[in-house]
This record gives sequence, C-alpha cells and structure tokens, in this order.
Amino acid sequence: MQAIESKEHYLSAFRRNQTTGAAGVPPWLNDLRESAIASFAALGFPTTRNEEWKYTSVDPIAALAFGRGNGQAKTLTADELLPLSFSDLSCNRLVFVNGVYVPQFSSLRELPEGVRVQSLAEAILGDDQILRPYLGRYARYQRETFVALNTAFMEDGAVVVVPEGCRLEEPIYLVFASIAGEMPIASHPRNLIVLRSGSEAKIVESYVGLGTGTYFANAVTELVGEENASVDHYRLQRETEKGFHIGTLEARVGRNCNCMAHAITLGGSLVRNDVHVVLDGAGSECVLNGLYLMEGKQHVDNHTEIEHVQPRATSLELYKGILSGSARGVFNGKIVVHKDAQKTDARQTNKNLLLSEGAMVNTKPQLEIHADDVKCSHGSTIGQLDGDGLFYLRSRGMGLEDAQSLLSYAFASDVVGRMRIPRMRARLDDFLLTKFGRK
Amino acid sequence: MLEIKNLRAKVGDKEILRGINLGVGAGEVHAIMGPNGSGKSTLAHVLSGRENYEVTAGEVIYNGKDLLAMSPEERAREGVFLAFQYPVEIPGVSTTYFLKAALNAVRKHHRLDELDAMEFLSVIKEKMKLVEMDQALINRPLNEGFSGGEKKRNEILQMAVMDPKLAILDETDSGLDIDALRIVAGGVNALRRDDRAMIVITHYQRLLNYIIPDFIHVLFDGRIVKSGAKELAFELESKGYDWIKNEAVLPQ
Repeated sequence: MQAIESKEHYLSAFRRNQTTGAAGVPPWLNDLRESAIASFAALGFPTTRNEEWKYTSVDPIAALAFGRGNGQAKTLTADELLPLSFSDLSCNRLVFVNGVYVPQFSSLRELPEGVRVQSLAEAILGDDQILRPYLGRYARYQRETFVALNTAFMEDGAVVVVPEGCRLEEPIYLVFASIAGEMPIASHPRNLIVLRSGSEAKIVESYVGLGTGTYFANAVTELVGEENASVDHYRLQRETEKGFHIGTLEARVGRNCNCMAHAITLGGSLVRNDVHVVLDGAGSECVLNGLYLMEGKQHVDNHTEIEHVQPRATSLELYKGILSGSARGVFNGKIVVHKDAQKTDARQTNKNLLLSEGAMVNTKPQLEIHADDVKCSHGSTIGQLDGDGLFYLRSRGMGLEDAQSLLSYAFASDVVGRMRIPRMRARLDDFLLTKFGRK
Repeated sequence: MLEIKNLRAKVGDKEILRGINLGVGAGEVHAIMGPNGSGKSTLAHVLSGRENYEVTAGEVIYNGKDLLAMSPEERAREGVFLAFQYPVEIPGVSTTYFLKAALNAVRKHHRLDELDAMEFLSVIKEKMKLVEMDQALINRPLNEGFSGGEKKRNEILQMAVMDPKLAILDETDSGLDIDALRIVAGGVNALRRDDRAMIVITHYQRLLNYIIPDFIHVLFDGRIVKSGAKELAFELESKGYDWIKNEAVLPQ
C-alpha cells in the first residue's frame, strides 16, 4: 500500500515541477523526463519478488514522502565537509549539498585547455550540446525504477569532459553532501563523464551524510570512455545511519580503453550499488574493485554487470566486504559474454568476512557465455578470520584481539591499496586504521 | 633454557609425538632431523602453541616456566620464535607494518616505549642487510607473491627484529635454491649468540653444511631415536633414514 502512495507522491511532485520549474529547460530534456516518469509509473518500486531485488527490500524508501532539499548549508564550512569526503581544500572539486551545486565550496584550478568540469544545472540552462547525445542514452531508465526516478527528477550534478589526448594529472572530486533535518529529503544527482579518445582522468564521486535526519541519495552516473582512453572512477559512500543511497554507474568502454571503477561503501542504512559496464570495444579492459564495511543494522547490496560485447576484452573484478553486528550484505556479479566476444578474459572474486554471528551475506555469481573461446572464472568466500593468519600473528607476540584487528584491517586495506590516487588512498587507510582500532 | 620431558601430542586420534625428551641450553644449536611424518613439524608447532594439537602427556619447561600453559603470544613475548615452514601470506599489510605491530606488542608487554615509524625503520634497516632484503620487498604486502626464498628470508628478518631467546626453525631450507639457502643460513649464523638457543628442524643434511649444529637428534615415529654430535649428519647422509628405522625397531 505504502509503495502505491509513494508512487503517487513522486508522480504529483513531477507534475508540480513541470508546471513551475520547467522554464529554460530544452524540449528534448523535457521529453526525456516525461518518458522517464512514464516508465517509473509503469515500473513502480521493485519488490523482493523481483530477482534483482530478492535480498534488498526498498520498502523503507518507498514508505517515505521525501521532500526537496536545497543547497544551503548554514552551519557547514568546506573545511569541515571535505575531510569527511576524503578530499581537502587543495583538491579540484565540485561540491553539491542536497543535490544542488554550491560554488563557494567548489574550486577548479589550472585545468588543461578544453577540459570541462561544470554543474549539470548550468549546462542544462545553456542547452549545452554536449548533453543531448549522452544524457539518458546509456542509463536504463526504461527498466530500472531508480534510474527512471533520477532521470525524471535530475536537476544538477556534474558534467566532466576531457578532450582528445588530454591527460588530467589531478583527480576531479565530485562531493555530494546530504544534510537532513526533521524533514526527510531526497536528491537525484546526475553525472555525465566523457573521456575523448586517448585521454586520461581520475574522477572521484564522494557521497557523505551529515546531520541527524533521514535522506535519500539516488545518484546516476553515465561514463563514456572512448578509444584508448584511461579512466579511474571512484565512488565513495559514507552515509549516515539514516541515509539511503541508491547509486548507478553506467559505463561504456571503447576500443583499447582502460576503465577502473571502485565502489567503497563505509556506511548507510540501506545502500544499493548498480555497476553496469559495457566493454564495447575490442581489447578494452575494466577493473572493478569494491569494498563494503557495514555494522549494526546496515544493509548493502552490490550488483555488478559486465558485458563483454567485443573480442579480446578483459575484466577483473574484486569485491570484498566486512560485516559485523546484524549487518547484511548482498553481492550479485553478472558477467555476460556476447557471441562476438571471443578471447574474453573475465575473472571475478567476492570475499566476505563476517565478524559476528548476526551478520549475513548473500553472494551470487552469474555467468552468461555465448562465445566459445573465452576464459571466465569466478569465486566467492564467506567466512571468519583465517586461523593460520591469526596464529602467524600471535606467534609474533600479538594478542588475539590485536591480531584480529590487524587481519580485518588487512582484508579491507587490500582493496584500498589498489586505488591509484595516493593522497586519497592514505586518507582511506587512515579511516581503516581507526575503524579497526589500530590508531 | 628448554627442557622437554616425555612429551606426547596428538592430532585428532592420531598420536604424533610419542614421548620426546630433549634439553637445550643457552648458546646451543640443536638440529632435529627425521624422515617425513616423523613428527618434526608437530614438535615445532606444539612448542610455539598451535591450537590444533592436543598434548596428552609430558611437560616443557622454558626458563623455569611451564611453556605449554602459555598462549602463543605469551611464548613469543617471552622470547620464543618460530620460523614457519610455510609463512602465511597476508594481503593488505606490508612486512614493515606487521613487524612494527609485532615488535611493539612485545615491547608493550615488557613495559618499554613503543617505537614510532622512524625508530622502527632504523631498527629494521640494519637487520635487512643480514638477509639481503631490500626496502621495496618489505613494503610489499606480507609474503604475498613472494618467492620461496623471499619468504624464508623474511622469516629470518623477523627473527632478527624480534630478537628471541629460543628460535625454532621449521624446515627453513625447504624450497630454497643454493643461493637463497646460503643467504638464509648466513642470516641465521649471524644471529647465533651465547644467550640464544636454536632448534633447527630439517629433513636434509644439506642445511647443516651451512648451519653447523652442536647436537643432532634423529626423530623417528614420534621419538628421538638417536642423538649425537654434528658427525651424525654425515652418517645419515650416507646411510639414509632406513638405517635409523632399522635401529629404531630394536628393543630399547
């Protein structure tokens, strides 16, 4: 029942937006929003009868009538916010509060010529020609409820375009802070990242929750890596106990393009990450790394799908999770090898560490192979700390608790160590050391 | 320093140590040899406190204390060190971080100040030379992807840093080529001291060409069946373990 009321809530909010806020929006975008809300109306919220949502109930999200936040952060300064997002004042960044771009927290310095980093709202107002060929082209709003909602309600987010052959040395941080008070609020950040052929960039999306209220961040990123491009994408989530986060990454990877996508979940009441990578060019590569650390009653669901469409592409996936309390984790890793994707090399690993009796994980690999000359492997583990490792550490004089904390830290640090931004890696390492009582 | 009396231990229902008697004094190096399955590694693990073994009889007195009553970490803090036959790979922490944490755990136990990163670095730098380890290797995740030789050198590096009173080397020569063996043995020899005892466990006489023991004991079927000076190793080398096996079945 609640889901139906909530659906009405979104539909009428959409109508209100269309009558009051549509000025200056180009007609093609209006059409896109209209078709997105129509598909939301048709899809409704997924239930656990839907195979893709079997272990994750979105009832807590569907039950609430979220309002709109604004970009005002009265008591917050960039100085306070940025460390929470694993960035700092010296980083090139766009900052958004409750989904709205906040120029005074943002800073862009010395970008090479032709690099564009700007807010989506600005780009929409200028009817920027960059948007139309990409926006809504990859994200599957026709079949995914939350992508449909995001597409219908998207107003702001980041647009990053790196021109041909350009190598961006400094990472670009996109910081999304949710600050909720008594009234539950939702935001629908929408990002578009385009790397032209032969270009290189590192993009960090960092989501943080502040305040004591309930909020919902429903983010969608469309990422395009053209021929020979190299892109590192990082999604960090540090949501509060009352934060809901549903995030979607839609990536298209071109010929000989190298794409690394990390998903780091450090908290949140209910977090769902969908990562869909289409290896659409011969010889393309993707590396997916994931880490989720959940405690208490937190719930995290990582759904990844890698499609090998063209030959000789490789994918290497490692997702690791540590759950304590009565936290719940879900991992679903799908690899689809299309019929022309000969010489595919796909490897997937999911490892879970359960630190308490009450913690639980459901893990499921899915391979769909339509080509005959491929190498595919997958493996998953769920368990406690390794007895051999514990003994090794204890035999060097470390107490049992010390050894346990070190091994838990090591388990997580293994993923963080694979990140390619040294300063951010050091900050995350620091976070892990504290988290596992080693500082 | 160490007195093992009639030690019996089993894994599951299988009795592996069937009455070991051995005394080891400070400054001495004892080699324990024996064929596969004779109980060599079990002895090493029981002495270091591995939980999978059940001690059914006997006692082990270490510097006047009941060793078997101590947890693995207490033994380590009191100066017992085991160099593993199969060092464990731990992705996610470097040798440096791990070893600093271990050394500080022991220092804390002895109410000494913990070393900070810089102080620790100067300790380990000096020890690295002993086993020809370089900085890049000790910054890598602990033992992950290390060659057999690198793993064993890392064990000896750890031994050098932990500065034990009693070191037990479990098949430290296994899986080593001759160059790695020479480095590892060189490290061990440099760590020989009048106040330190060593138990060197090995299947092959080869190691004992490099680490010359004061005493050799032959373990067979869970018991020490022969003890002697270093010359015993040559006898074993030429006659093989069958000779011992034949002797061992004679009535005692």
